Amino acid sequence: MSRWEEFKRQITESQVWQSIFRHGYDDTPRNRVLMVSGNVWLHLHPSKVRRHAVRLRFTWCMGGITFLMFLVTVVTGIYLMFYYRPTAEYAYADMKYLEFDMPFGMLMRNMHRWAAHGMVIAVWLHMFRVFLTGSYKPPREFNWVVGVILLVLTLLLSFTGYLLPWDQLSIWAVTVGSNMGAATPLLGHQGPFHEFFGVNPIYDARAFLFGGGEIGSHTLLRFYILHCIFIPLVASLFMAVHFWRIRRDGFSGPPL
Amino acid sequence: MAEPAKVLEPRRVEVPLRKATGPGDDKIHTWPHLVRSEFLCALVVLLVLIVWSLLVDAPLEEPANPTRTPNPSKAPWYFLGLQEMLVFFDPWHAGVVLPTLIIVGLMVIPYIDINPKGNGYYTFRERKIEILTFFFGFHLLWVSLIIIGTFMRGPGWNWFWPWEPWDPHKVEAMTNVDLPFLFGIRGYWTGAAFGAAVILGYFVLGTLAMYAAIVRTKGREFMERWGMPRFLTTAFFFLNMLAVLIKMLLRHAFNVKYILVTPWLNV
Repeated sequence: MSRWEEFKRQITESQVWQSIFRHGYDDTPRNRVLMVSGNVWLHLHPSKVRRHAVRLRFTWCMGGITFLMFLVTVVTGIYLMFYYRPTAEYAYADMKYLEFDMPFGMLMRNMHRWAAHGMVIAVWLHMFRVFLTGSYKPPREFNWVVGVILLVLTLLLSFTGYLLPWDQLSIWAVTVGSNMGAATPLLGHQGPFHEFFGVNPIYDARAFLFGGGEIGSHTLLRFYILHCIFIPLVASLFMAVHFWRIRRDGFSGPPL
Repeated sequence: MAEPAKVLEPRRVEVPLRKATGPGDDKIHTWPHLVRSEFLCALVVLLVLIVWSLLVDAPLEEPANPTRTPNPSKAPWYFLGLQEMLVFFDPWHAGVVLPTLIIVGLMVIPYIDINPKGNGYYTFRERKIEILTFFFGFHLLWVSLIIIGTFMRGPGWNWFWPWEPWDPHKVEAMTNVDLPFLFGIRGYWTGAAFGAAVILGYFVLGTLAMYAAIVRTKGREFMERWGMPRFLTTAFFFLNMLAVLIKMLLRHAFNVKYILVTPWLNV
C-alpha cells in the first residue's frame, strides 16, 4: 500500500470522516439507494423512480426549474439585502449604488429580477404539464391544491418585490395592483356595499396592504417584510409539503 | 486501488432493497439517473440565466414621484390579464371576484374530474373536453389577455397596434350602452330587472344545456356516477369562464358596457 493510500485510509476511517460521510462512492445497487436516502439534500426523492417519469419530454423539468429559480432569488436576494435600505429616502439611491458601485451588484439585481420572471413562467408551464399528464388525479388531488397556493404565493412574491426599487414603475404598478384592495366588495372603500362596514380610504383592505391610506414609506417597509420574510417563509412551508407529497405518492403515473 | 467501500463496512446501515414486482416494474435508481438530469438541467438553466442577466439589465426608471402619474400606468406583466379585464368589468369584479374564481376554480379541478384515464401520461384522445377547457382558460383567456395588455395597450388604455405610435391624444368615441338600453328598455328598475333576468337566465339555461349535453354524450349512468355537486360546481365555473369571453365579445361587437345596472353594483 502506497503512502498516499495509507493516508487516505486513515482519513476515511477516522471517526470525524465517518460521522459526516456515511457511505462511499462505489456503484452498487445498495449504494445508489444510500446516495439518496442518506443525503439530506436528496432525501426528498424516492430512492427509485419510474423510468418514464425521468424522461425530459415527460416533465420538461419545469417543477425543478421553478424551485431552482426560487433558490436563485433567495441567494441573490440576500446579497441585495446587504446593500438595500427599505425607506423611501434611501431605497432608490441604494439601487443606483448597487448598479454602479457594488461588485456584481447589477448582475445580482438582474439575476434576481429575471429569475423571478422565470419562476412565474416556469410555474405556469409546470401547471400546464401537470394538467396535460393528468398528474393531479388520485392520489395527488391535494398536492394540486397546494400547487395552486404556491402559484398564488409566487405571484405575490413577485408583486411585493416590484415596489422595492422605489422608481416610477414600482409605485405606479403597485398602485394599479393595490387598487383592487380598494375595490374589494364590503372591505374596500370603493367596492360595492362598502357602506355596510363603513370603511374609508385610510381604513380598508387597501390601507391594510399599504400600512396607511396612501403609498409611502410605511408601504415600502410592509412590502419589504412581506417580500423578504413572510411570503418566502410561507412558500417554503408549502414547498416542503408539495415535495414531500410528490415523494410519497411517487413521481407521476398511476398510484403505487 | 484498494476497496474503500470495505473500509466503511462496519458503519453501514442495512437498507432492504424493495423486491422487483415483476415485468411491470420499470423503476430505475434515482441516483444517478434522476439526479444527473436534475443537475444537467440546473446547469443549463443557470447558464442561460447568467448570460441573459449579463446582456439585459433589469429596468430602473426615474425615482418614484407620487405627483406624476405615467400614462399608461401598467401593473406587472403577469397581472396584465386582470388589468385588461378592467376594460370589461368594474374593478371589484375584474380585480377581486374573477381572481378568486380563477384560484378556487383551479383548486377544484382534481375533485370534479373523475376521468380515470390520462393519469401519468400524455393523451388528447382520452381527455378531449378537459384539455380543450384548460386551453381555453389558460391560452385564450389568460395568456392572450397578457399579450394584449403588454403590447396593444397605450395611453388611456387605448388599443394601439404594435406598429402604431402611442398618441396620448387619441380620441376614443364613448358609444357604450348598457344591454337593457340596447333592447329599448329605458326605465331604471325595469332595466335592472331585465339585466338580472338575463344573468340568471344565462346561468340557469346554461346549466340545463350542459346537463342535457352531458347526458346525451356520456349517458345518464355517467351523470349519476359524477354526482350533482360535481356537475353543478363544474357548470358554475365553466359558465363564469365563458361569460368573461361573452362580455368581451358583447363590448367589441355591440359596445355593451353593463348587463346588470343597479345602484350598488354593475355587471
